[in-house]
Amino acid sequence: MEARNIKLEEIIRDENLVYTKTSLMTDKPLSFCPGCGHGVAHRVIMEVVDEMGIQADTIGVAPVGCSVLAYEFMNIDMQQASHGRAPAVATGIKRCWPDKYVFTYQGDGDLAAIGTAETIHACNRGENMAIFFVNNGIYGMTGGQMAPTTLPGMRSSTTPYGRDVALMGNPLKITELVAMLPGTCFVARHTVHTPLAVRKFKKAVRMAFENQKLNKGLSFIEIVSNCNSGWKMTPVQANKWMEENMLPYFPPGDIKVNGEMVSKTAKSE
Amino acid sequence: MAKIKGAIVIDIEKCKGCELCLVACPTDVIRMEKKVNGKGYHFAYMEQPDNCTGCANCAVVCPDGVITVYRKKFED
Repeated sequence: MEARNIKLEEIIRDENLVYTKTSLMTDKPLSFCPGCGHGVAHRVIMEVVDEMGIQADTIGVAPVGCSVLAYEFMNIDMQQASHGRAPAVATGIKRCWPDKYVFTYQGDGDLAAIGTAETIHACNRGENMAIFFVNNGIYGMTGGQMAPTTLPGMRSSTTPYGRDVALMGNPLKITELVAMLPGTCFVARHTVHTPLAVRKFKKAVRMAFENQKLNKGLSFIEIVSNCNSGWKMTPVQANKWMEENMLPYFPPGDIKVNGEMVSKTAKSE
Repeated sequence: MAKIKGAIVIDIEKCKGCELCLVACPTDVIRMEKKVNGKGYHFAYMEQPDNCTGCANCAVVCPDGVITVYRKKFED
């Protein structure tokens, strides 16, 4: 019965600390909508940078979209690129400073539509950097327009009756696409909506930075995320919708590890 | 028997009330406050502090990183 008398002050002490926001995230409140997966993705990447002790040697490249504001929140050196051109800018940075850790942080409209050429060629050249690709199936920042990754039948502000595949084409699985290129070393797809998924994603981010250290080639990690404002749902509903609709089309898991295809679905394609 | 007790501290001014921590909590500790913070969001708080085990699931899924988790082992 003594345990009932434990006061919170006894637990809330520095020596009992289990988890806190990493110091590599600035103290500014995140400008993302409530429940947006970007916040978790930002924090996990910064946690890995913090754990590896490479804050001074890491350069991030953020292009245009919701991902543009990463430089406000990530307490490392950042460079902004034009829309879709982050892999090209990151290539330049990495070639000037081969010993630095370079990553890009892009959204789906940016990486899979406007910067398709830059993405594919950077992956094909096998630039020794990491690409983090946040896929929420929509152009979030500009008001929820259709993106290449919008699902068939999914409503967006430019497809109010749902995406018609006959008229607008099929959703682009760019992660499977770049996995086929010989330049990529590690390609995986993750989510950040449950604690387990976040922990798996963190391991993948760690692997991406370790691959850079060993000059293994390009690491590409897709993060299937929600856009509750664009999808017009509450954050909890949006995560559930994502699980039911996005994840069957974009299944999470490793696709390519150390240059070897490991995904069964990718092999059969 | 040793008992592990946890506690969370929420930065209420940065909480955006998305309720993802509420779903992630395995012991149903967290609830949303009826009051609002400076931005007008209903922030999270510990409704049942006795049940908290300090698993940090809430802090891991919090998009805004507002949750700090503490855990202590008590020997009876």
